[in-house]
Amino acid sequence: MPTIEHKGSSFTVDEDGFLLKGMEEWNDNWVDYVKASEGISDLTDEHNKVIDALQEYYKKNGIAPMVRILSKTTGFPLKRIYELFPSGPGKGACKMAGLPKPTGCV
Amino acid sequence: MSVPKLEQLSKSVAQGPSLATGAVPTQDWMDIPAVFKSGNYAYPAKKDKVEYLNSQKGLYFPNAREWSPEDDDWKLPEDWKNIILNGLKERLDKFRSLKIFMDCCVRCGACADKCHFFLGTGDPKNMPVLRAELLRSVYRNDFTLGGKILGKMAGGREMTVGVLKEWFMYSYQCTECRRCSVFCPYGIDTAEITMMLRELLHLVGVGINWILEPASNSNRTGNHMGLQPHTFKDNVEFLVDDVENLTGVRPNISFNRKGAEILFITPSADVFAEPGLYTAMGYMILFEAIGLDYTWSTYASEGGNFGLFTNNETMKKLNAKMYAEAERLGVKYIIGGECGHMWRVLHQYMDTMNGPADFLEVPVSPITGTKFQNAASTKMVHITEFTADLIKHGKLKLDKSRNSHVKATFHDSCNTSRAMGLLDEPRYVLDHVVDNWVEMPENTIREQTFCCGSGTGLNTDEIMELRMRSGYPRANAVQYVRDKFDVNTLACVCAIDRATLTSLNNYWTPEVTVCGLTELVGNAIVQENEGENRAVLDEGLRTMV
Repeated sequence: MPTIEHKGSSFTVDEDGFLLKGMEEWNDNWVDYVKASEGISDLTDEHNKVIDALQEYYKKNGIAPMVRILSKTTGFPLKRIYELFPSGPGKGACKMAGLPKPTGCV
Repeated sequence: MSVPKLEQLSKSVAQGPSLATGAVPTQDWMDIPAVFKSGNYAYPAKKDKVEYLNSQKGLYFPNAREWSPEDDDWKLPEDWKNIILNGLKERLDKFRSLKIFMDCCVRCGACADKCHFFLGTGDPKNMPVLRAELLRSVYRNDFTLGGKILGKMAGGREMTVGVLKEWFMYSYQCTECRRCSVFCPYGIDTAEITMMLRELLHLVGVGINWILEPASNSNRTGNHMGLQPHTFKDNVEFLVDDVENLTGVRPNISFNRKGAEILFITPSADVFAEPGLYTAMGYMILFEAIGLDYTWSTYASEGGNFGLFTNNETMKKLNAKMYAEAERLGVKYIIGGECGHMWRVLHQYMDTMNGPADFLEVPVSPITGTKFQNAASTKMVHITEFTADLIKHGKLKLDKSRNSHVKATFHDSCNTSRAMGLLDEPRYVLDHVVDNWVEMPENTIREQTFCCGSGTGLNTDEIMELRMRSGYPRANAVQYVRDKFDVNTLACVCAIDRATLTSLNNYWTPEVTVCGLTELVGNAIVQENEGENRAVLDEGLRTMV
């Protein structure tokens, strides 16, 4: 699997560029790295709030939350989440937070 | 992987050369190797998923490793050829159908242009006859007298790494939809040939992640998504809140309740992602309206069975948990939700794999008294059969005007139509819940329905161009009814469909949304006690309130 070096940190990623070891390798440099490829110019508190909510949920459930639950816990309407993460909560936000991509009939 | 622009792709589908070779083939098919490049294959299964599956009782998934189809060396076991040939021999002895399908094709070509993958890619190896020939050629060479003596002259060829790679390419460019089988004068079931190819490949550690990860999730947590019991429960309860906010009536639900009359099982995507969520809301509204004594299960929390796309043993194991749970809870029978391939497993394999389920009763609707004789052995009723029966007996109060925003057409899922004959029930339900709906052209519906293009675990994003190509015959029919009748909704009864047709329509027909049939039922139901708390729902359950 490919390895990415960014600002002194080293990350192992899968074919889609998600962190293979998840939050184990996650740090601020990862967020900074994903930011550019996701087309996010400035990282705001709102981005961080979404990332925090995703990670907290993942720790309890071992999976990303339903988008509706994410919207409820952050207080951001779905539209706002898509504005914050142009490639969507499943791809952009989960990738940035170090979560794996959901699989199955989705 | 970037997907080409719609204009480019539609031109290429109609006029272009084969997708695989980039040119009109000039050589014999046996001489053209499969070439893997980014975008034409699904990612290989992750090492830890294969290891996990291999560690499970009754399952065999050897040779877990990191590998890539683009590498020359696939890191196969040293004696891979023997493993494959012995595996084939074992299956020829075990499955009489396979032996017949290997022997009886007369190459009439009736199947050739019936496959959506062939229509979408123009690749001759996607003609069902040739897809089967990939295996048949090896069968002839090693298992028939003519082939052993005459070799290539008798259509035989030696099993090589190149042949194995070709198997991988084309057994994952088939959705096991069985449209070709409808036209085959011998009834050769190409799905079963693809299933055998995939089984044999797993014997040497060749499989894709989008199938093995859900299969391992399902074995571990009970469902493809990997929802643990508390998460599954939270999600369903979240939807209960949503239904109450929208309709003013809070549906009663329960989990793992012993002594419930009925166990309800649906694809886990229904309680995870749009648009399946609205279908799940529909189920709860429906069951509330008739006061059904039913329970959800956090153990049997998946209707789908990615084992069907993997091998016989995995399919059997995943199917068994539904019945184990039904027995544990002491229910009378099971109602199954809107899933496609679950019904292929149920209707055609369950009875001899895990059945007969003698500890359950022949399903009888507690509301109408109808006995579902068709489910006398499997003890599992399709939600649409159940609903159609309720409507027929006048047990539901329905207001079609609540679906006035919908101009629908109906997509028959491959498995519910061709594998269980569920053709008229969904149409009968549609007649009663929407004001008007229209059919797509007759050679694209019912038994002849075109696949969504992404079934059998091919609904992964890295092969998006392939998916848009193989889904084009379906999309083309949707375009037709959109242009002619202003259709804005494609209703269906399958979770993979709901997800993949959404991607397909977003690409080819962005004006048409996708919904589950029971979502439309949920929209139309008038609850006895709904009162003033019901919101104004201009877009049914999708209304933002």
